[in-house]
Amino acid sequence: MTPTAQSPTKAAAPESAAAPAPAAARQVGERARAIFSRYGIFLIFGAMVIVASFLSPAFLTTTNIINVIRQMSIIGLIALGVTGVIVSGGIDLSSGSVVGAACVVAASLAQLPDRAFYPAIAGSPVILAIAAGCGVGILAGFVNGLFVAKTGIPPFIATLGMYTAARGAAMLYTTGRPLSHLSDAYNVIGQGDFLGVPVPILILAGMAVVTHVLYSRTKFGKYIYAIGGNEQAARVSGIDVGRYKILMYSYAGMLSGLAGLVVSSRIGSGQPGLGVGYELDAIAAAVIGGTSLSAGGIGTIPGTIVGALIIGVLNNTLDLVNVSAYWQQIIKGAIIVGAVVLDQRKNRGDR
Amino acid sequence: MGEWALRMQGISKRFPGVHALDEVQLHVRKGTVHALMGENGAGKSTLMKCLIGMYAPDEGTIELDGRQVSIGDTHHALSLGISMIHQELSPIPQMTVAENIFLGRYPLTWYGLVDTRELNRRTAELLGRLEIPVAPERKMVELSIANTQLVEIAKAISYDAGLIVMDEPTSAITEAEVANLHRIIRSLRDRGVSIIYITHKMDEVFNVCDEITVLRDGRFVDTKPIHALTHDLLIQKMVGRTLTDMFHKEATPVGDPILEVRSYSGRRFRDVSFQVRRGEIFGVAGLMGAGRTELLETIFGVHPRSAGEIYLHGKRVEIREPADSIRHGLALLTEDRKLTGLYLNATVRDNISIANLRRYLRGPFVQFGKVAADCERMRAALRIKTPTLLQKVRNLSGGNQQKVLLSRWLLTEPEILILDEPTRGIDVGAKAEIYRLMVDLARSGKTIIMISSELPEVLGMCDRIMVMHEGAKVGELARQGATQERVLEMATGLTPIASA
Repeated sequence: MTPTAQSPTKAAAPESAAAPAPAAARQVGERARAIFSRYGIFLIFGAMVIVASFLSPAFLTTTNIINVIRQMSIIGLIALGVTGVIVSGGIDLSSGSVVGAACVVAASLAQLPDRAFYPAIAGSPVILAIAAGCGVGILAGFVNGLFVAKTGIPPFIATLGMYTAARGAAMLYTTGRPLSHLSDAYNVIGQGDFLGVPVPILILAGMAVVTHVLYSRTKFGKYIYAIGGNEQAARVSGIDVGRYKILMYSYAGMLSGLAGLVVSSRIGSGQPGLGVGYELDAIAAAVIGGTSLSAGGIGTIPGTIVGALIIGVLNNTLDLVNVSAYWQQIIKGAIIVGAVVLDQRKNRGDR
Repeated sequence: MGEWALRMQGISKRFPGVHALDEVQLHVRKGTVHALMGENGAGKSTLMKCLIGMYAPDEGTIELDGRQVSIGDTHHALSLGISMIHQELSPIPQMTVAENIFLGRYPLTWYGLVDTRELNRRTAELLGRLEIPVAPERKMVELSIANTQLVEIAKAISYDAGLIVMDEPTSAITEAEVANLHRIIRSLRDRGVSIIYITHKMDEVFNVCDEITVLRDGRFVDTKPIHALTHDLLIQKMVGRTLTDMFHKEATPVGDPILEVRSYSGRRFRDVSFQVRRGEIFGVAGLMGAGRTELLETIFGVHPRSAGEIYLHGKRVEIREPADSIRHGLALLTEDRKLTGLYLNATVRDNISIANLRRYLRGPFVQFGKVAADCERMRAALRIKTPTLLQKVRNLSGGNQQKVLLSRWLLTEPEILILDEPTRGIDVGAKAEIYRLMVDLARSGKTIIMISSELPEVLGMCDRIMVMHEGAKVGELARQGATQERVLEMATGLTPIASA
């Protein structure tokens, strides 16, 4: 909370509901600002789409739009979980490594038995591979949460440990080799489509809706916001803070596992080196979408999805107009920082 | 009366280097309001934290309704029917009033989601019953401190607990709201609820409490029914010595006008004019939301003004930001020490010297010897109780924290000191010392402008009192003509009086 937020008399104005009449003109301006501060990120996204479609006629085609969303679906999935973790006052640096660990375990089950790395388990039903991938994610998240909740070490450190360890585990599991020759059923996850919509997009859409409801409408979600907003208050209200943190990190881990399934299925190979740097892209998506890294308890799923879309549209547009990949990175960096600067302005304006 | 709601017996709690509680006892009868009194550092908060399971006592027993209990955590305490209003307000800023009050106890719909409608309905019903004028859907961050505190009170009551601990429940609310809270407390008491009431405000104790337990330096001093005590006797028990007169106000010579504010308007106040003189203590009274803090913060340059002029020594000055006013010899002690004043994790020395480091530089290096000498002088002059200047400010009591902040500004050698609620949340002994300091400063020719919501303090300390109501100046009262009733009348807007 900023100092001004607690200044008593300042905030007393709207409560007394006795705003003097001449303020009417100013109210219009404040209203506009309020709308912008609430929907600003959506407006910016809209503006980007318009600009992009002017810059390149190829942008606003069905194929391209689907392409953009499919590309962002993997980061999007991770960002759904990362948003919750950040809202709870934490951070998850391990997502990318968990992608790697989850996908090799899943792939080892989904390999065709005749050319498998682990012949004993290869060729399992795809549902088992999916469960194993998510399971690896949940396990990693659970361990993250356990350390955060029970030892009190900063989440940055706990998940930094997992970032290294999970990658090591993935390498160990396949002795560094990729696991290819996956079953067709498994490859549907990343390559298939349903009624013309790619499966990764359907997975993202489904998980986004589920996660949105989970965060905004369930007890679990409300507690996560409460813990991030003021952990001590949550504790004295009788909330088992540790338990909810463990659940939160586990859920985020599961989504990283899911992202691992999608990415390995998409390229038809489970590789221990997959997912490097994904955690930072996911954090960027959440932050651009309005999740606050400095104050817990702030962030939404619609915001994060738009944040991920902004990154996706940006990459896509720059590709379409032939901007070099190096420049793209610089521009992306500027956008991340710019979004946060804007966000802080906005928060100050609110008060 | 008669049955014990709570018997804490022989409670001891040690922290590294501190014996915070030493065989303390607290016996609270069912259906009574029990005041827990003592200076800051006396062990009240520690004792209460032992009660609600935030600390585990090293020794001692706790009996609730005659049954011995061992309270593991706050959740357990709540389930045993003990709730607490915490001194440090603990709202979750981005959540609504309703979500804060029923945190941990949300009603669910049949399909498992949080039932927001039911949640808001229950909250509205609770707030209505308690006559707290706040909408359930509002976000906490939008509320004033006063309303935040009222919401915390509502939250503690919402647990339907048999024992409610109220730690400084009225530190931020107005007289009218205090009266309302006391009405609520009496009706709770009449329904058999027991209340432990911690406050520094004597009037409230005599107004609402049935029995008093006094702690001093982590030890039990006495428990007495209220009618067996007088104001003076109580203070004597708390401080272990007699405070003959809280307010050592002396008639200090008042000199020429030094600061004149003409027709100042800004956010939350309008058209305020006043003049203060050298050596004067000038009080600004009014209810919460009267615009006092805004007025003085605007004068200091924290917020932009919309109209008005400032004259210093008869010369027009332009103040756009705090740096301007500091240069012109003004200093501002803000209302909320922790939020806008102190660096809690920094040392006493750094906190005192931070606004003046430039004076101690030789080249790029800070001359710590000089810093230490000045800080030591301040510590002696203000009697700051700290083992060393390198102690973290976090570990000091509220009164000593306030003195550290005061030292910082005194080192800038201001002519005019603006003190916003300078004794909020500090204990009687420390208050008396702050008052003594104010008199010393005035005698040495400094001018003090004090915002205070505590009427006895305003009446006791100030040469003149300006009263504000809803952003406007109602009038001024000279020390002789000022009474509690008169100030309240003006502050509540009952009798608009022209400038006296």
